[in-house]
Amino acid sequence: MQSLTLESATDARDAVRAGILPRLHVKAFTGGAIVLAFILVGLFGPALAPLDPNKQELTAMMQAPAGIGSAHVLGTDNLGRDILSRVIYGSRVSLVVAFAVVFVSGFVGIVLGAVSGYFGGKVDFAIQKLVDVVWAFPPLLIGITLMAFLGQGLFNLILALVAQRWIPYCRVVRGQTLSLRGRDFVAAAQCLGASNRQIIVRHIIPNLIQTSLVIGTFAMASSIIAEASLSFLGVGVPPEIPTWGTMLADARIYISTAWWLPLFPGLCIFITVLGINLLGDGLRDLLDPRLKRTGAKI
Amino acid sequence: MTSYLARRLAGTIPVLLLISLLVFLLIHAAPGDPTLLLLGEETNAADIAKAKAHWGLDQPIYVQYGKFLVSVAGGDFGKSFKYAEPVIGVIKSRLPATIELAIFAILIATLMAIPLGVWAGSKPNSWIDNLGTTFGLFGISMPSFWLAIMLILLLAGVLNILPTSGRSTYGIAGPEQTGFYILDSIMQRNGRAVWDALTHIFLPALALGINMLGILMRVTRSSILEVMNEDYIQTARAKGLRENKVVWRHVTRNALIPVITVVGLELGTLLSGSIIVETVFSWPGSGSLLITALNARDYPLVTGLVMIYTAAFVAINLIIDGLYAIVDPRICY
Repeated sequence: MQSLTLESATDARDAVRAGILPRLHVKAFTGGAIVLAFILVGLFGPALAPLDPNKQELTAMMQAPAGIGSAHVLGTDNLGRDILSRVIYGSRVSLVVAFAVVFVSGFVGIVLGAVSGYFGGKVDFAIQKLVDVVWAFPPLLIGITLMAFLGQGLFNLILALVAQRWIPYCRVVRGQTLSLRGRDFVAAAQCLGASNRQIIVRHIIPNLIQTSLVIGTFAMASSIIAEASLSFLGVGVPPEIPTWGTMLADARIYISTAWWLPLFPGLCIFITVLGINLLGDGLRDLLDPRLKRTGAKI
Repeated sequence: MTSYLARRLAGTIPVLLLISLLVFLLIHAAPGDPTLLLLGEETNAADIAKAKAHWGLDQPIYVQYGKFLVSVAGGDFGKSFKYAEPVIGVIKSRLPATIELAIFAILIATLMAIPLGVWAGSKPNSWIDNLGTTFGLFGISMPSFWLAIMLILLLAGVLNILPTSGRSTYGIAGPEQTGFYILDSIMQRNGRAVWDALTHIFLPALALGINMLGILMRVTRSSILEVMNEDYIQTARAKGLRENKVVWRHVTRNALIPVITVVGLELGTLLSGSIIVETVFSWPGSGSLLITALNARDYPLVTGLVMIYTAAFVAINLIIDGLYAIVDPRICY
């Protein structure tokens, strides 16, 4: 026990000397701060937004950003709508989509992956065939095809994005379950008379949470970009709901005359995704045992 | 290896069949009547019925799907509702533009990402590593369509140095031979047309390749970091090889396997990305064609495009599997 503690302390000292630990924390903290800001802005959007995002002021069309203190800090669009308010409201759609997609796809992927790996045989074969079919679609294409079938709408958009995003969870969880099911604690639970459901829910799934957390952060980042892409193509949420993607689509024809129209919604997508990726990287580095061996973040 | 690949190839047939069924059902069940969209809302019922009979839409869905499968087996995807031409011909005329764009995006991504990744990975925690890591992170976080818009704004709008739409300036390109403008212009020894095509393709290819660049850079770097700790690298150093030779000859070659996997996987993302980038740059490829076809509920064209995209994705993954054995002789199937 003492030697283990000494070893860990030496590892930690080496890591700090090599400048790894402070950097990892900076990464995770920066990412975490951006994600927290994104969540807060999304949650308290109506209180933060200075104006109604759909209010048209025809006397104030295409106003350039005039700085803090002005009526329209980030300017207005072609219908005189306030860009700042629209950007704030846009974060709400991204927030809802990102969290819903991560939770639903995480739930589906973890359950199917655990069942597939634990039972093996025909169940495993059937689930893996389903994985093969869905995974054969290029990523955005399945979203576009499903949205064409389901029609525009927030719920449909979440469904379309979940359609493929459960697969990374399922694949990784299946692999881990295959190794976990042979471990002593599973055998012990079986000897004590635990049912398969109890073993999966109480003993297997808790061991998969760490990995799923890392997959979840990257799924969240990709969901935000996919949501914006589908809205940009006009197959996402209905046009009356302000989103970063629809704002970019509306801005396209005014690129040469109004630089602020595409700049701010795009910047919001970029910074949010960057924050989520930073958080994911930080989490992965902290949870990845290879870090100690290579002496640098992977 | 041949038998392994043959088995894999055989395994893709049921997958493609299931995908065809799924796509066929989804597209046909989608809201919106193609006859109304094409003939207009004020068309009378008799004309609509006539059009439906002409396109086979009056038959039960399983009959339509059966007919579709039979004709696809013969290389015929039916006739486009919107263009009134065979689907395969419409796709053929647009596919070279997408392939040309994808090739340039891959070139930009790999030529920048691999050297940067190798450099960063071989000097962990150095300034170049920090720069490379930040660059990689920016690359994966950048929405390609926003980058496309900002590139248009900056390089075309403000600096006015590059064209923002289409594949070539009117009147410069010679007659089409292969459909690949740059290749055609080279074959016709038309230097002006080659330059013109290159200036047109640069911005869309950069926007399309940026995510792949970020991912490739990160994968190359982590793969290099892994290989650097292998015993045979210590041996190479112990026998007195220069560090440059160790990195480029021994480390990089062995670190390329995950990089190839990622190139393969990212090609699918690239195909999807082309849909959106083509829309922004008015690039006349198959990606923008898909959006046009979807909006017109052109069932045969949408089904044909989705099937071709998916088959290409499956084929690329199969090729990547074959490539492993060439890059790494330790792998045998």
